[in-house]
Amino acid sequence: MADIKYAAYICSGCGIGDKMNVAGLEKVAKTEGKMAVIKNHPFLCNAEGVQMIRDDIANDGVTHLCIAACSRRSKAEAFSFPTVAVSRANLREGVLWVVAEGADHDEVRQEMAEDYVRMGCAEVKKMKLPEGNPNKGDAQNKRIMVVGGGMSGMTAALAAAEAGYEAVLVEKTGALGGFASKLWKRVPFSSPYAEPQATGVEEMVAKVTGNAKIKVHLNTTVAETGGAPGRFTVKLAQESGAVSDETVGAIVQASGFTPYDMAKLPELGGGQANVVDQAGLEALAKTANGGAIKRADGKEVKSVVFVQCAGQRDETGTHLSYCSGHCCATSIKQAMYFKDANPDVDTVVMYTDLRVPGMGEDFYRSAQQKGVIFTKGKASKVSGGDSCKVDFTDLILDEQTSIDADLVVLATGQVANAGVNLDAWTEVNTAAEGGNEEAKVQRTEMKTISVLNLNYRQGPDVPQFKHGFADSHFICFPYETRRTGIYAAGPTRRPMDMLQATEDATGAALKAIQAVENASQGRAAHPRAWDLSFPSARLEGCTQCKRCTVECPFGAIDEDEKRFPVFNEQRCRRCGTCMGACPVRVISFENYSCDTVGMQIKAVNVPDEDEEKPRILVLACENDAYPALDMAGVQRLTYSAYVRAIPVRCLGSVNTIWITDALNGGYDGVMMMGCKKGDDYQCHFVKGSEMASYRMSKIGDTLKQMGIESERVVTHEVAITDNARVAKLIDDYVAELDKLGPSPMKGFG
Amino acid sequence: MSNANQQAVARYKNNFLKEVEERVEEGHWVKMCMQCGVCAGSCPLGPAWEHTPQKIFMMIRAGKRDEVLQSDSMWMCTSCYNCIARCPRKLPITHIMHGLANYAHRLGIAPKGQPTREFAVMFWKNLTKRGRTNELMLTLSLYFANGIGPGIQTAMNMQKIGLGMVLAGRLNPMEIFGGHSVKDLKGFHAVLAKAKEIEDRKKGFAA
Repeated sequence: MADIKYAAYICSGCGIGDKMNVAGLEKVAKTEGKMAVIKNHPFLCNAEGVQMIRDDIANDGVTHLCIAACSRRSKAEAFSFPTVAVSRANLREGVLWVVAEGADHDEVRQEMAEDYVRMGCAEVKKMKLPEGNPNKGDAQNKRIMVVGGGMSGMTAALAAAEAGYEAVLVEKTGALGGFASKLWKRVPFSSPYAEPQATGVEEMVAKVTGNAKIKVHLNTTVAETGGAPGRFTVKLAQESGAVSDETVGAIVQASGFTPYDMAKLPELGGGQANVVDQAGLEALAKTANGGAIKRADGKEVKSVVFVQCAGQRDETGTHLSYCSGHCCATSIKQAMYFKDANPDVDTVVMYTDLRVPGMGEDFYRSAQQKGVIFTKGKASKVSGGDSCKVDFTDLILDEQTSIDADLVVLATGQVANAGVNLDAWTEVNTAAEGGNEEAKVQRTEMKTISVLNLNYRQGPDVPQFKHGFADSHFICFPYETRRTGIYAAGPTRRPMDMLQATEDATGAALKAIQAVENASQGRAAHPRAWDLSFPSARLEGCTQCKRCTVECPFGAIDEDEKRFPVFNEQRCRRCGTCMGACPVRVISFENYSCDTVGMQIKAVNVPDEDEEKPRILVLACENDAYPALDMAGVQRLTYSAYVRAIPVRCLGSVNTIWITDALNGGYDGVMMMGCKKGDDYQCHFVKGSEMASYRMSKIGDTLKQMGIESERVVTHEVAITDNARVAKLIDDYVAELDKLGPSPMKGFG
Repeated sequence: MSNANQQAVARYKNNFLKEVEERVEEGHWVKMCMQCGVCAGSCPLGPAWEHTPQKIFMMIRAGKRDEVLQSDSMWMCTSCYNCIARCPRKLPITHIMHGLANYAHRLGIAPKGQPTREFAVMFWKNLTKRGRTNELMLTLSLYFANGIGPGIQTAMNMQKIGLGMVLAGRLNPMEIFGGHSVKDLKGFHAVLAKAKEIEDRKKGFAA
């Protein structure tokens, strides 16, 4: 390895030079930071300043540099030096713009700036230049496997093929088309949104089968999936018993939905004669082929009632608690089947809230124009038979009443085909591994509904969110599952109609392409898609505690026979949750490790008790909380100059050693700021902030042993828009600590 | 039950919505109501009605013929047009209310003694008699609608205003002898008769 040379560049622009003693900062970088080269510049991010740094890298052999200027989130392009390790000391957003104006604050401002220079120098000395995944050569496969040959799956395969990528389409049944092929017509996709349209399934099947880049496996299921993005190996089991192998780079799971079983709704006539679900009506309409729709007993339907939300939006906990989104428009479409064939057929859609997303409102109006009656009411009982009867509460006229009809259609909603529920699986699997015979049988049984049969340590399918749909980051990364390189599309991800499913599938296909490209270049998948670092572990120090393999939000880490962790780098998203989990601190990234942060914490100059200047460590998630802190600066909101903020990849990456180091070193308090956790989480790594919160709930005992008040460690959920709130949180905490008095650990560090 | 009403019942059987669509002014809009309730919330007289427009539309769809037509709700409308201005589905609600009232009146099943209805009849008779409103007679017939005693009482109470209007030339006492009419009264009555004939034909009252 070439010689290491450290350099610090201090910018005095943007007013930094006016408010701070730059010579003092240089002195800190020299005497404490031990930088070999120290330069300052009045406008470091301009062409001349950047050229100065480039020249030093090229001619002077500088390999590690600390840029003390603005936030790492600013001027990222100007300060991009891909051949060297770079740390950033945030003097502008982090000091200049947030410390109150005036000479009174000159001293604390200068102390804060000097600390950030110390921290930047300390960090870069522990950093290595990320070189990308050394095993990227194994991950060059760019084929995309699509599981499920319905509307979503076919769209995803076509999107991938049209973008130039080979697709492997796996379909369980003997024909492509999925649920859409059972429909008579579909809801319109385009203006004027007035009439049901042909489904277009046959044309799409022809396009798929005629595409040379798409290989179709019918009557086939996925028997086993192993590997990682760029190198998935898949065993496909055909109905005939034959097994074939495929190697693919990424996977789109478009396993669709099953209509909620109306047999579970006996009170609404489920199972009785002349009561059908929406799928049942499609079958009747297909048989009628545009003519008068007849019931199963051959009688022509003269009156029909559609009962919306049948077994959906259920508050009793018995049926589906959610709204499936498509059923109102579907019933409107089906009512039109009757009206278009014979305008004299009485069609009543009984709803509590009519929900027609997209341009469905136009479709709704069109049905009203055709004379479909919409009754706001809640059905309490449906009796089937030759003459059906629907008892209901009229919610407008506020009365119990009933309506007779030849046929009743129940809008029952979508249940995701998302495979095995991993929470239940983990429990059974643990018992089975412990030798429980009953659990072993149960485990085999559970696996029969698996879609992907992953051989991952954390279980055979993608993790599910509430209601059994594949978990995905609803706000930022909707197509993501919690298994890197595997993307969920269509109603397996959330309830949706056909148009949404096709859009979803296109998005998932593009994400799959991004995944294979990133994997082939040894980079992380989103949200750190540029990131060339990868986790490595000093296995000689590993105690096989399995925390990393269990806590990884993305199931990236398997275990070998000796129960050592096996990092599948391509599956890794570089959040560092494993690093935060590791009790013996053997996991690290080249440019982010227990040391890069730990040394920053130790570099801060903690004043003695009698100086009455507390020090507060802020560990801020770089996705939301750190930008919020920066934005507080941009808006010139002030907060206490006693805090020292360190950005972390995710709160999940926070190792408790940092907290104990800080408190042992005499810090008066530690604030952790991360994203929202729970059911409506906003954590970019899904489980990171939840893991952090869980770990912090256990830190109380450690604090007690140290003789430290529990108030000295606090955790806050911070959104990216919380710029005013973070400033207040900091000031409130400083006031609280002031009441608490200085840390008892001061002076021992 | 009136003859016209019996015929209507026989003709439309239980399909009241269809009856409204064909025979009530702007009745074809009723099916387009989406039950948002903005009309009900916007009506300044809302609390005074038995049924809000939203409910009236729902009752029509539910086939509650007698309840709708015998209701006095539509007669309470003051034509403020709040509902029309606010209806997100652009239903001409005020017109539909008047249309329903008019239809109930024609069938002879509108509520008896309903003041708005009584005044409307009085006004129509006054107007069509000579093609011009006879304001003196209209006022007097309104005063004496409840009998001679109350009529004299009201007239006495209002005499100051009445005299003021006479002095200002806004009320002609000679109108008591019948008042003036349009130039071609015969032609005017012929126009009305023809209009009624056309409307009856359109709405299926004829024959």
